[in-house]
Amino acid sequence: MVENQNIEQAGNSEGSSSPSGRQRGATFPGQILPVAGGGIVVSALDDVVNWARSNSLWPLTFATSCCGIELMSVAGAKYDFSRFGFEVARATPRQADVIIIAGTIVNKMAPVLKRLYDQMPDPKYVIAMGACATSGGPFFYNTYSVVKGADHVIPVDVYVAGCPPRPEALLHALIALQKKIKDGLTREQIRKEHPKA
Amino acid sequence: MTREELQAQITTLLPSPTFEEDGEWLNVYIEAKDWLPFAKQLREQSDLNFDFLFCLTCIDWKTHLTMVYHLTSTTHRHVVVIKSKLDRVNPEIETVCHIWRTAEFHERETYEMFGVQFLNHPDLRRLILEDDMKGWPLRKDFEDPINMIKL
Repeated sequence: MVENQNIEQAGNSEGSSSPSGRQRGATFPGQILPVAGGGIVVSALDDVVNWARSNSLWPLTFATSCCGIELMSVAGAKYDFSRFGFEVARATPRQADVIIIAGTIVNKMAPVLKRLYDQMPDPKYVIAMGACATSGGPFFYNTYSVVKGADHVIPVDVYVAGCPPRPEALLHALIALQKKIKDGLTREQIRKEHPKA
Repeated sequence: MTREELQAQITTLLPSPTFEEDGEWLNVYIEAKDWLPFAKQLREQSDLNFDFLFCLTCIDWKTHLTMVYHLTSTTHRHVVVIKSKLDRVNPEIETVCHIWRTAEFHERETYEMFGVQFLNHPDLRRLILEDDMKGWPLRKDFEDPINMIKL
């Protein structure tokens, strides 16, 4: 009962219910109807699944240049993305949910990145971290070896600006990705709802 | 050895070296054909003892290429810079990877970026770029219309 009340209060303090009446945000998606001796939880199964997935995202250990240093900093004690459920960094794509493209993607790396992405199990999410992964950044002009944006290779859900981005910016991107998953708005989720699109 | 002593010593080793006065280190211009015997002497003479090739690169001057070798001695702590002009159409110079082992790696990179042919190199092929890459990317006239967006 006490736990239920806590959930309910947290849900109310969030105060951001979508037009469909579902609760969004960091709290458990759904409503608690207090009854004598306990409470009844009303929710949609999709929302519960998305909520669970968004709070245990396992990132792939992947970095190709200086953004990797910031990524390591975010993994470290000072910024610590485990606070948001990202601490289980995996060294194999087969166990990873999210790939953070931290750094420049060169032509020679592009097929490797594609292969890593293909090896990740569904559902999978992509964050393009920094200017290089977003657009080629400082290597946009007059370079023969750099892919002008990782989205030429794999679909990207969240882009982070910066060269490299501050750790706070990456944390913001990770939280933005969580919100996107909860709202059912990642590329993969949209594709499933509209298979022909 | 001081810079003046080095210059005097090197003058005795080469038929007609030219020196460049400015710069932090002594610059010696040599003919490409003199390079291999000269390099052996730099390494083997005990008062020179240049045992560390700490930089090997090339410069594209549009009219010609210049090979640049930075040498130092871990015992005498003196530094010399050897430069050699190469023909841009057919750049060829003898490899020094048998004298300084590190040159094997750096010569591969210089071959990859500038197309310099290192004669008698044991394994002269591209180092980092794709095997099917065409052209020499660090030459000033390098063009790649597919990958390059010109500014």
